[in-house]
Amino acid sequence: MQLVLEKRAERSKTVALISPLIAIGLTIVTMTILFAVMGKNPILALYVYFIAPLADGYSLQEIAVKATPLVMIAIGLSLCYLANAWNIGAEGQFLMGAVAGSWIAVKTQGIEAGHWVLPAMLLLGAIAGALYALIPAICKVKFGASEILTSLMLVYVADLLLDYLVRGPWRDPQGFNFPTTAEFDPVATVPTLIEGGRLHLGSILALIVVAAGAVLLGKTIKGFEIRVVGAAPRAARFGGFNANQLILLTFAISGALSGLAGIIEVAGPVGHLQPGISPGYGFTAIIVAFLGRLNPVGILIAGLFLALTFIGGEQAQIAMKIPLDVTKVFQGVLLFYVLACDSLILYRFRIIFSAPQVARGTH
Amino acid sequence: MMKKNLLAAAAALLLAGGATSSAIAADKLKVGFIYLGPVGDLGWTYQHELARQAVVKEFGDKIETTFLENIPEGPDAERAVEQLVRAGNKLIFTTSFGYMDPTLKVAKKYPNVHFEHCSGYKRDKNMSTYSARWYQGRYIQGEIAAKMSKAGVLGYIGSFPIPEVVSGINATMIGAQTVNPNIKVKIIWVNSWFDPGKEADAAKALLDQGADIIMQHTDSPAAMQIAGERGKLAFGQDSEMIKFGPKAQLTSILDTWAPYYIERVKAELDGTWKSGDTWGGLETKMFEMAPYTNMPDDVKKTAEDTQAAIAAGKLHPFKCPVVAQDGKDVECKGGDHLADDQILGMNFYVKGIDDKLPGK
Repeated sequence: MQLVLEKRAERSKTVALISPLIAIGLTIVTMTILFAVMGKNPILALYVYFIAPLADGYSLQEIAVKATPLVMIAIGLSLCYLANAWNIGAEGQFLMGAVAGSWIAVKTQGIEAGHWVLPAMLLLGAIAGALYALIPAICKVKFGASEILTSLMLVYVADLLLDYLVRGPWRDPQGFNFPTTAEFDPVATVPTLIEGGRLHLGSILALIVVAAGAVLLGKTIKGFEIRVVGAAPRAARFGGFNANQLILLTFAISGALSGLAGIIEVAGPVGHLQPGISPGYGFTAIIVAFLGRLNPVGILIAGLFLALTFIGGEQAQIAMKIPLDVTKVFQGVLLFYVLACDSLILYRFRIIFSAPQVARGTH
Repeated sequence: MMKKNLLAAAAALLLAGGATSSAIAADKLKVGFIYLGPVGDLGWTYQHELARQAVVKEFGDKIETTFLENIPEGPDAERAVEQLVRAGNKLIFTTSFGYMDPTLKVAKKYPNVHFEHCSGYKRDKNMSTYSARWYQGRYIQGEIAAKMSKAGVLGYIGSFPIPEVVSGINATMIGAQTVNPNIKVKIIWVNSWFDPGKEADAAKALLDQGADIIMQHTDSPAAMQIAGERGKLAFGQDSEMIKFGPKAQLTSILDTWAPYYIERVKAELDGTWKSGDTWGGLETKMFEMAPYTNMPDDVKKTAEDTQAAIAAGKLHPFKCPVVAQDGKDVECKGGDHLADDQILGMNFYVKGIDDKLPGK
């Protein structure tokens, strides 16, 4: 008897629907066992992780704040990945957007510049992100350089540029030489939506980006081209679609969204430019993009869900003294099951009973 | 039937859990801690964790402590602090420089909660700051290093070129120059507080460049292990690292936060907590030196004498004149030594350091 994984003739629609549910079910079972072994009340723990953060306004706001950059970046990345263009450097584009937008904030500090400042920052952030993303895209199109490597390496360049600026020219003169700019002026700050909370305008922009992504992919010729170029390059060539042009386009959009997310994060929750503005958003967004199956609405859900596990994990540390490592195990287990269950969309298990031995024809 | 029982049990457990936690909240003082690294980093965060445990031991049932570990110094920090406030913590220690603005923001929002921020300079009515004059210990280490180095070259692993680290390098150099005016120092910045891989690489590179003593301003014991493997000497950082280099460790600057934490928690319990700034040194045991090991008795004697002189206020590591790299005397704003503000904002190298300060 043998258990084999067999490729399905076509994607199973049923499994595609229930696979996330199976994954969550398996995660809950695994974590229940783990919590029980640790001597923690598993039901309470799962409640603290999953339900408690959804039950109060403050945590909901924080989930939205955490998910905003992830979703915004992931939408852009999904366009790249659908077109078979592998932008791994969203983190660098995020930082470049943050740096470029901050330039306006730093230069207008203390001169009551007026309400044009924030829109200009957001615009410049998006442009800078797009231009920065175009570097690996052009290298790919012109010279055939692997965009995976070039885009990834440019992350460190952006990181060091930011580092240089906040330690050197942009350093807060009143800041005892610590590496940070001064706090941005109110006109250079992304407004919050609810008094006393951190939910900000960026979250609304993220929702608009999700909607725009859905329209682009679902309703426009460009969206169709992107999907065809990725799924069937030969067919796309016959159709006269220009794959190179699409690489440039998707990289530019992806870079613009990452850059926008970067300047929103700096001008919003952080409030000034400093090293470490991103706890790896550009990389986590890759997970979000795939977790959301490269679908805009899926990405929105995945981003919110990942944010929930962060917030829930913190609350579990506080309320139940569950160590951070367990939160990480929790996230790892969840991702593992989601991906494992997703493979059942394309494959299925089959049990093969070994055929009865036939006597060989020798005498 | 089975299902129903399970659900009922679940509900009961939930209710019970909720009830006990709210009962605790009513009569215990809740004290929260935010840590930069994992509690098992064996360096910076570990020392804060030891102090938290000391607080728990001191006050027992009168308090309940909670910590959040591995909180990056970015947009997540503010949420982490606020989560502790919302969980009912009335006194919160945020134990890294990068938590300064997030702590201040939350402090302004919750005027009835008290905050203690480590190593920053922004304060408020309900937000104190505290730090230690580690440069005193660095001066002693410089003296020891110069006496112990055969090559006359020290290897220094820096984290970030912020004033605390720069003043540490300068104090080391000034201490070393009292023994050997021609002492050299090689500096490698790893741009991280805790990255054992990078720290080990930096230690190897420094030894390869001819340094025979390793000093570090990063938090892991990786460099100590490398020095030990190569038969060279090193200084620990933050915590006692002798078990990582029994033949290598000369001494280590030990962060001893427990007395301060106990004092502040006691003040909170007594209702006498007031905002302030505490910058203590050897004289108040805000930090201590690990036993002087792997050195001859005369070197040990010198180190102990220097330590006693600093603790008694007779010796100041930044005694004027302090000569900067360009050969000019630094303005002496603190009488016969540099003023605290000058040390807290130090962004220049002293004469004798053949390197350029990043960002200058």
